[in-house]
Amino acid sequence: MTPILDIQNLKLSFKSMGHKVDVLHGIDLFINAGEKVALVGESGSGKSVTARIVLGLLQEIRSAKISGDVSFNGTDTTSLSRKQHAALRGIEMSMIFQDPTSSLNPVFTIGHQFTEVLRRSNKNLSQAQCDQRATQLLNDVSIPDPQRVLSAYPFQLSGGMNQRVMIAMALSNQPSLLLADEPGTALDVSVQAQTLTLMRELVADYGTAVLLISHNLGVVREFADRVYVIYQGRIVEDGPTAAIFANPLHAYTQALMDAVPRIVGSGLPEVPEVSDAFLAPRISHGGAG
Amino acid sequence: MPAVIHLLLRRLGISFVVLIGVSMLIFAIARVIPGDPARIALGPNATTEQIAKLRTAMHLDESLPVQYGHFIADVSRGDLGISLYTNRPVTKDIAQFLPATLELVLLAGLIMIAVGLPLGMLAARYRERWPDHLIRVLALLTVSAPGFVWAVILMLLFAFYLPLFPIAGRITDSFEITRVTGFLTVDTLLAGNLEAFVDVIHHLILPAIALSLSGIGQAARLTRANMVETYKKPYIEMAQAYGFFPSKIARSYAFKPSLIPSLTIIGLDFAAMLGNAFLVEAVFAWPGLSRYGVAVILRKDLNAIMGTVLIIAITFLIVNIIVDMMIAFLNPRIRHSARGSA
Amino acid sequence: MIRALRILAANPMSLIGLLLVSIIILAATFAPLLAPYPTHNGAIVDFAYANKAPNARNWMGTDLVGRDIFSRILYAFRISLTLGVVVLAIAAPVGTAIGLLAGYVGGWVGAVLMRIVDVFLSIPPLVLAIAMMGVLEPTLTNAMLAVTVMWWPWYARLVYSIARAEREEGYVLAAEVMGAGTPHIAFREILPNCLPAIVTKMTLDMGFVIIIASSLSFLGLGVQPPTPDLGSMVAEGARYLPDSWWLTVFPGLAILVAVFGFNLLGDGLREILEVDE
Repeated sequence: MTPILDIQNLKLSFKSMGHKVDVLHGIDLFINAGEKVALVGESGSGKSVTARIVLGLLQEIRSAKISGDVSFNGTDTTSLSRKQHAALRGIEMSMIFQDPTSSLNPVFTIGHQFTEVLRRSNKNLSQAQCDQRATQLLNDVSIPDPQRVLSAYPFQLSGGMNQRVMIAMALSNQPSLLLADEPGTALDVSVQAQTLTLMRELVADYGTAVLLISHNLGVVREFADRVYVIYQGRIVEDGPTAAIFANPLHAYTQALMDAVPRIVGSGLPEVPEVSDAFLAPRISHGGAG
Repeated sequence: MPAVIHLLLRRLGISFVVLIGVSMLIFAIARVIPGDPARIALGPNATTEQIAKLRTAMHLDESLPVQYGHFIADVSRGDLGISLYTNRPVTKDIAQFLPATLELVLLAGLIMIAVGLPLGMLAARYRERWPDHLIRVLALLTVSAPGFVWAVILMLLFAFYLPLFPIAGRITDSFEITRVTGFLTVDTLLAGNLEAFVDVIHHLILPAIALSLSGIGQAARLTRANMVETYKKPYIEMAQAYGFFPSKIARSYAFKPSLIPSLTIIGLDFAAMLGNAFLVEAVFAWPGLSRYGVAVILRKDLNAIMGTVLIIAITFLIVNIIVDMMIAFLNPRIRHSARGSA
Repeated sequence: MIRALRILAANPMSLIGLLLVSIIILAATFAPLLAPYPTHNGAIVDFAYANKAPNARNWMGTDLVGRDIFSRILYAFRISLTLGVVVLAIAAPVGTAIGLLAGYVGGWVGAVLMRIVDVFLSIPPLVLAIAMMGVLEPTLTNAMLAVTVMWWPWYARLVYSIARAEREEGYVLAAEVMGAGTPHIAFREILPNCLPAIVTKMTLDMGFVIIIASSLSFLGLGVQPPTPDLGSMVAEGARYLPDSWWLTVFPGLAILVAVFGFNLLGDGLREILEVDE
């Protein structure tokens, strides 16, 4: 069975003002259909740029040099033109972002934004059809009064509400892959928990594979089937969630786990010291689906 | 939309206060000049009695606050005094010359928006690539010279070397048009004289372009800057993540939010054109308020000076209010909240 | 510093700006040495060479009474730059001080000060300058006075908005807690944070002052002949278009080049100093 997403030896570097900065040093990662995979690391580890490369957004930046294979559903995305890659976005693969309220355009109503997204997959949908589908989607994410929400602007809704809207929008065209970049980080803890439960149910219903980008081990533990740990542009450990959390083998993973405060919270692990042990080669727990 | 009405009333109130301040400023300036206004008005052959009489009539011997009070009272009645230059009521002069300037400024403003905004959008869309660099340099160039330099260059190129446009005036003398509004574009149409209408436009083009050039540069730079800022916002990345075409993102998603900050400064630019009009009208011998203004300044014609500056200030304030209203209309945050703008 | 040079290098237009500004400053400073006909900046006549098109003897031609246009332009740069420097040297500090106080102290003092500033800002700059020169005698000193008076509010407004934002920052609170007085906080703590914006604005303003000053003299309201001034040179020559085109074109281009240079440099500075627009 071909994985939905297959990344092999992905390298990324930026060239600016004469010097080169290497960000990714050869990432290997795969996701099977319907699987929920997490990519965990600190800020600056390269997790966010990986997601954007998959989407094809990073390729727009001129100073970015990318090499390696990124296969989506069997197709090599590196061989696609910009337009072809863009055609996949919103339909086959979509993304949700950290801060839901600022990710939605402030000058358009929610309904308008839904219509735009739905028309990506079918240009001929009438306004009525779009509204109907949008209402359906909002019901799926348990939003109580869909009509009100559709005619509202993002700043009029709460962060949690906007988060649900964003999830609904991302899943509206039933993509095979959902990329979630630190979802709920901008929300408070209880809302974040609800959001995750919602996401879990929805992707199960739709059969969507998920790449969850996070620095929050609690979230990862709740949500993911498999985990990749990334440190400074390299995967240092990977395996089924249970195995990683029960028995972290790599020095960096251990340090990451130790850094989580005992108090339940959004648990921003900031590994205090840097150690050469972190540069040890990758440890794989197997368990590839 | 009660919030918008609220805003309108508030802006009118503030503008009124500012207008009072402006009137005080004008009044103060006028009273600062050396010399006796009455003597200047009557000329060198006036007798002491005549001067004294005029001084009383002009309230010159009373205290400054009282003089200011008379000034305000006169203005509210629409009496701006008599102009030494034309020997007519200043209001009549203004009524004759203001439309010419307004017509010019309005056309220049339209050109500024119609050319400047798209150029800015283009530059933002292709940022860091050659169209962007080219547009930015050109825009900077246009704001680097005062209106009269552009006017002279345009005149040399397109009126003399390539005699495509007329050199001076608003309309060829042979046309006789009854003045209804003072706006020749309107009046020629009202008179049904299409040939005259075309002639008027022909005369308008070169001065309007000269006037609009620095505005175009400013508008382009500003639009570009605002759109680049907007492009950095998370919701643009989200739109890209949904695979919308770059041109669609530029038009629909990025333009409207960046328009809002642009509008304020475009309003200011528009009004700055009122200043540049002085220069362009001089070069093209345009019979407008600015040329009148310069003439009365050179003659130290107090009443006319004060009247002209007052009218210009009022126009400026009106433009600002209109711009504010447009911003309120475009920004849903203002429309839907009782509080003011962000 | 290295960063500054790198940005300049990556941005060739800023380098051009720096070059242009340097040339103009040099030209203005050493005008007596550089001008082929240094006496022509005054009331000299030489009808033998009057109204000549550009040639080997007079690179930019001569005016109607025989004066060398190139030399006059060099001297005119002197006047323009002097005016700019004087105006900014007064307007910037005054405006900054007022803006700082209004922004930091706030309250009704700030509100009143800013209302006054608003009144000045509510009139288009050129119009205000014209109106002021209308009631003053047209001399260089008066022109400087008028332009200064209308200029300081722009600095007040700029510094006010920065000061107001900075007021909430941690370092200000820390200084207050330590018992620092208002003038100290305003001038030693907040002011340095305003400097990049102020310096950038001053550079761009040099160009703008040149525009305003030449516009005033174009209209006959500024510097009077025979003192050479770019604006009045254009005005004098405008009557003789298109035949004696050099009378207007060269002074006009001189204005363009000078202001363009300052604008380019100012833009480059803005990038280096990372000032928000």
